[in-house]
Amino acid sequence: MAQKDFVLTVEDLTVSFDGFKAVDGLNLYIDQNEVRVVIGPNGAGKTTVLDLISGKTRATGGTIKFKGLELTQMSEHMIVRAGVGRKFQTPSIYENLTTYENLEVSFPRGRSVFGAIAFKRTREVDERIRQIAEEVFLGDLLDQTAELLSHGQKQWLEIGMLLMQDPELMLLDEPVAGMSVSEREKTAELLGRVAKNRSVVVIEHDMEFVKNIAHRVTVLHQGKVLADGSMESVQANPKVIEVYLGH
Amino acid sequence: MNAEKLNWLGGRKGVLGFVCLALLILVLLPLTLDIFRLNLVGKYLSYAFVAIGLTLCWGYGGILSLGQGVFFGLGGYCMAMFLKLEASDPISTKIQSTPGIPDFMDWNQITHLPFFWVPFRSFGFTLLAVLVVPTLLAFVLGAAMFKRRVGDVYFSIVTQAIAAILSVLIIGQQGLTGGVNGITDLRTMLGWDIRTDSARYILYFVNAALLFGCIALGKFLLSTKLGKLLVAMRDKEERVRFSGYDVSAVKIFVFSVAALFSAIGGAMFTLQVGFMSPSFVGIVPSIEMVIFCAVGGRMSLFGAVYGTLLVNFGKSYFSESFPQVWLFLMGALFIAVVMFFPDGLAGLFERYGAPWVARIPFAALRKRVGLAPSGGPSGH
Repeated sequence: MAQKDFVLTVEDLTVSFDGFKAVDGLNLYIDQNEVRVVIGPNGAGKTTVLDLISGKTRATGGTIKFKGLELTQMSEHMIVRAGVGRKFQTPSIYENLTTYENLEVSFPRGRSVFGAIAFKRTREVDERIRQIAEEVFLGDLLDQTAELLSHGQKQWLEIGMLLMQDPELMLLDEPVAGMSVSEREKTAELLGRVAKNRSVVVIEHDMEFVKNIAHRVTVLHQGKVLADGSMESVQANPKVIEVYLGH
Repeated sequence: MNAEKLNWLGGRKGVLGFVCLALLILVLLPLTLDIFRLNLVGKYLSYAFVAIGLTLCWGYGGILSLGQGVFFGLGGYCMAMFLKLEASDPISTKIQSTPGIPDFMDWNQITHLPFFWVPFRSFGFTLLAVLVVPTLLAFVLGAAMFKRRVGDVYFSIVTQAIAAILSVLIIGQQGLTGGVNGITDLRTMLGWDIRTDSARYILYFVNAALLFGCIALGKFLLSTKLGKLLVAMRDKEERVRFSGYDVSAVKIFVFSVAALFSAIGGAMFTLQVGFMSPSFVGIVPSIEMVIFCAVGGRMSLFGAVYGTLLVNFGKSYFSESFPQVWLFLMGALFIAVVMFFPDGLAGLFERYGAPWVARIPFAALRKRVGLAPSGGPSGH
C-alpha cells in the first residue's frame, strides 16, 4: 500500500467469535476530513468494525493504525484520549444529569480520579459547553434533565458530547435512527459542519441521508468489503445490488 | 449568608441538612437521653459511617457491596487489638501461664505474642492501621475485580463471600483473634478508662464529629465532577468509558472511600461498646448495613444516618417490647420501605417535607437581603 497519510488505516482486520468470523480480513483507509459511510445488510459486521476501532472488542488479527498509534492493544479510554470519539447505536447519554452536565462530564480535562475532584467549571469550560450546545441545537435546553429530551435531541446530545472531546476521528453508529425527516436534515447539516476539521465514519441505513453526507461509501457483506467508492458507483455495482440494495 | 462558598456542602439545602442533623445528634439526643441510651445511639451512629459509605458507592456509584462488615470489622479489630494489649499488662495478667499476652491466647496455649499483634502496642500505628488496612484491602479487591470488569451482582456476591470468609477465619483462629467471642474486656485507651460515663460522653461527641467530617467529605466529593461521574457511570458505564475515563479507577476509589468510612465507624464502635466480635463482620451484619442505607434513601448522605438510627431504634424497641416477633417486625419494616418508599426516608422528605422547608427560610432571606424573588420551589 502506498504510504499516504491516512488518519485511520485498518488492514487485514479479523475477529472471530467461536469460529464465526464477524469481520474477515477487512481493509479500510480513512482520509483527513473525510466523511465515510459504511453500509451493509444486517449482520454484515458494521457495528463490530466500530467496536474494534474503539477497543470495545479485541481483534483476533490485523492492525488498526490511528495517527501512527496501534489501537488494537490500547484500552478504550486511552483510545478516546488519543482522539477517537464513538457514538453508540442507541442514544447513550446520562439520563439523570442535565444537558449541561452531560456536556461538562465530556469535557476532556480532569479525567483521572483526583483530576475529576479538582476539576473547576471555568469560563473556558462554560463557554465551550454553551457553544457546543448551540451547535447541536440544544442551546435552550441546557438545564433540562436529559431523560426528558426527545429521542432526536438525545442523539444530538450524544454527538455534542463527542464534539466536547474534539476528536480527530468520530465514529457514529446510526446517528439518525428514529429521527423525523426534519431532524435528519438538520443532522446532515450538522455533520457537514463538524466534518470540516475531522474525519467521520458513519454507519447508516437511511439511503437519503447517506447520499446527503457521504464522501465515500464502503459496503460490507459478511465481514468483508464488497464495494468501495462514491455513492453512485456503489449503487451501480451489480454485486451490491444483489446482496443489499436490490432487496 | 454566602451560599456560593458553601456549594461544596450541597448549597443551602446541604447546610440546612447539617444544621438539622447537628441539632438532633449534638443537642436533642444528649439532653434527653441518659448515658446508657446515649451510648446506644453512639453505637448506632458508628454503623452510620458504613451507611454513608454505601450511599456513595451504592447509591451514587451503583456498586452494591454486601461485605461492608469486613471493613467495619477490620477497623474495629485494629482498635480492639490495641486496647486488648493495653488491658493485658503483665500485672493484671499475672495469674496466666504467660503473663502479658491477651487472656484468650493464654487459654489457647499460645506462649508469645503473634508477630502481627506486636505493632499494635503503638497507638500511632493503630490509628494508621485503622485507616489504612481496610482501605488498602478495598483497593486491592476493587482493583482485582473492577479492572477485570467484574460488576453488578457478581461483585455483590464476591463481597459477600469475602465477608463470610473473614468471619470464618476469625472464628477459626481462636488463639490469634479471640474466636467467636471476639476481643472482649477492653478497659483503657492510653490509660483513659473508656468505661466511665464521662468517657462515654466524650466518645459519643468524638464519634459525632467524625461522622460529620465524613458526611462533609462525602458532600464535597459529590459536589465535584467525580460526583457527576458516579451518577453517569451508574446510568451508562460504557459512555463514561468512551468519554476517556478509566471507569475502574473511579470505582476503586469510591469503594475504597466507603471502606475507609466503615473502618472509622468500626474503630469508634469498639471504643464505645468495649468489644469487637465476628458477629459484626459476616454476611448478616453486612446486609443489615445495606438495609440502613436503603431505609434512609440510598441517594442521601443524611438519609443514611436517619435510616441507621430509625432501623436500630426500631430493632431495640421491637426486641424489648415484642421479643418473640421482633425479627418479623423488622422484616416488615424493610419490605414496607422497599415496596412503598423506594427512595427511603430521604424520598419521603423530598416529597412531603422539602416544600415546607423551602418556603420558610426563603421568605425571611428575601425580606432581609431584599432580593428579587427567584425561581425557587413554591411548594405544592
